[in-house]
Amino acid sequence: MDRTLRLTYKKCEKIYMDSFIQQLINGITLGGIYALIALGYTMVYGVIQLINFAHGEFFAAGGYVGVICLSFFTGLGYMETHPVFCLTASFILAMGYCAYLAVGVEKIAYKPLRKEARLAVLLSALGVSIFLSNGLMLTQGVYDKAYPSELFQGGFHFGNVTIGYLQILIVSLTAILLVALNLLVFKTKIGMAMRATAQDKTMSALVAIGSNRIISLTFAIGAGLAAAAGIMVGLYYGSVRYDMGFVPGIKAFSAAVLGGIGNITGAMLGGLIIGMVEIFGAGYISGEYKDVFAFIILIAVLYFKPTGIMGENIDDTRV
Amino acid sequence: MIQEFRKVWKQYAITMLWLLGLLWPLLGIHPDGTLSFEKTVTVWSYILAGTFVCLVIYIINSSGHLKIFTDPVVGTTRKFSGIAQAMPSWIWLSVLFVCAVVYPLLTGRYATDVAINVLLYICLGLGLNVVVGLAGMLDLGYIAFYGVGAYTYAILNVNYGLAFWFCLPFSAFFACIAGCIVGYPTLRMRGDYLAIVTLGFGEIVRIILNNWMTLTNGPNGILGVKPIGILIPVMENGFTFEIFWVKKLEFFYYFALALAIVAIIAVKRLNFSRIGRAWESIREDETAAELMGVNTFNYKLLAYAMGAIFAGLAGALFAARMRFVSPESFTFLESVMVLCMVVLGGMGSIPGIILGVIALIALPEVFRELESYRMLVFGSTMVIMMLFRPAGLIPAKRVGMRSEERE
Repeated sequence: MDRTLRLTYKKCEKIYMDSFIQQLINGITLGGIYALIALGYTMVYGVIQLINFAHGEFFAAGGYVGVICLSFFTGLGYMETHPVFCLTASFILAMGYCAYLAVGVEKIAYKPLRKEARLAVLLSALGVSIFLSNGLMLTQGVYDKAYPSELFQGGFHFGNVTIGYLQILIVSLTAILLVALNLLVFKTKIGMAMRATAQDKTMSALVAIGSNRIISLTFAIGAGLAAAAGIMVGLYYGSVRYDMGFVPGIKAFSAAVLGGIGNITGAMLGGLIIGMVEIFGAGYISGEYKDVFAFIILIAVLYFKPTGIMGENIDDTRV
Repeated sequence: MIQEFRKVWKQYAITMLWLLGLLWPLLGIHPDGTLSFEKTVTVWSYILAGTFVCLVIYIINSSGHLKIFTDPVVGTTRKFSGIAQAMPSWIWLSVLFVCAVVYPLLTGRYATDVAINVLLYICLGLGLNVVVGLAGMLDLGYIAFYGVGAYTYAILNVNYGLAFWFCLPFSAFFACIAGCIVGYPTLRMRGDYLAIVTLGFGEIVRIILNNWMTLTNGPNGILGVKPIGILIPVMENGFTFEIFWVKKLEFFYYFALALAIVAIIAVKRLNFSRIGRAWESIREDETAAELMGVNTFNYKLLAYAMGAIFAGLAGALFAARMRFVSPESFTFLESVMVLCMVVLGGMGSIPGIILGVIALIALPEVFRELESYRMLVFGSTMVIMMLFRPAGLIPAKRVGMRSEERE
């Protein structure tokens, strides 16, 4: 009797352990995606102190361009013969498209307002966000658009734990992008110019760094990362929708604040934490309220430690 | 004329080419593996034609060639405003009031319905104006307080059978509490954090309304909310009172009108009081305001709670009118719509906001067939207003002199 009970207990424990590991893997996947979006917020905030509300729409646009390209390649029949090429091309095209979009948006809607009150730029950003998401709706339709579904089915099985091929792809691609970004920002001259502009625009202008160019570049990089995240989400969940940028946008912003806004490493860390919290919260507390956890973290961080995990100090002058 | 505006034309050409590049991947790549250009070029040429006309008008206007047409118009309006100012303002106000009172008698049911919408949104817009226009804080979850007010009345009425007039203060009170809950942790932050926290808060409220089945009946909403009841004296057999249910839209209109008038008077009084001056000083320069002895945190919280109260009142009225509440009425897009009204009309300006509400509620009713472009227009309105006329259609009048005007 006692022995059977112990065995049952052990079995339960193993199931719990398996489910825990499974949640952990899902959390890392989702967290990586949030980290990619959060980087755009944090970089733009670092350079021009603006919450770019339209960032979530860059993410959605990336998802759409991804599905357009992938279905185009599928229609041509290249998908069966050269899957790696098609996927790479889709990623590059979507990232390029969003970079192009973001640079234009910055020039039209943000640049003329750089000297104005902060409220004006925020409202303008909000307007751009609504405009873009409705533009996507009008051109692409109100309904979900499905990704070609035969991509990356299956995965590795370890007992009850499954690691999908797609998850491996997402995590490794995220890691590559994050490392590349870190190298760009901390090891190259352009990165140094970006950091200089973030710290002091006047001073960096005196040492011949064109701040307009750097700001455009920041927007382009941020939007490119968001576009990559958009395709990943599309592949992961199987479809995209015109308003899909809204909630992930707020969550990624929470991640950026959690990590310390303006701080690149912080945004990566914050994204991972938010992803984990969401997955574990949905798994162990309540699935219906999964969107609430990120907001609660955001409010809690702002209340107890507004500088975030990695941020140094926030006042009106710093990054 | 071409020479003068060469830069504008160049920018315009670049923007249009950029737009073409933006549109083509969305419209021209098809899943069957073909590429097409016709649809993209068609859509693009419509946009090109529309913006071209606007730009030409703008250029002619700013180069002064349009004076032949605008001068008589400006002259007449100036003459009229001279007459208007010569007469005491109460005459105009009473004329307006009489117009508002007889409006439902002269128009049909549909027009009254639109007018009620306008009045409720005036109340919402004025409440948001306290937060955004006076205190200068961007609130993107404003509709949540409207939702709290509406649900408070609906729940108290359906579950406990309480009457509208008893619930109205509770609606305002709970909305105010909600405002304090979200305001307290975030008002220490700078404005842009507040924007995103309120955005998140609005979503939280919507998610809770959607999922708390036992209290709010989830996405199905609450049915059977009682309309407003008023006691009227009946003289038939002795002097007794009888409950009269305000079910007809024409009667309901007067309640909405009363609420809107109360909101207008309250916001006007607040604006020109000590509190209003404190809010404006916070908006202009928070550090300086604090230095002058304004308790910035308390005043910001007060602005936030005050805005929430107006939304709560409007929400209770909304629930009484629809006799049904569901989470779908309180989405982020509603918040954006109210904000757009405030921005379009002019932040801090009461007549401006009324104009903004009328423009954004009544005009879409006229252009029904363009319904799907509505949010697109709202978004671009916000950007265009910020770029070209940040003070709104009717800019707010300022009391006293400002330092940069003194020279």
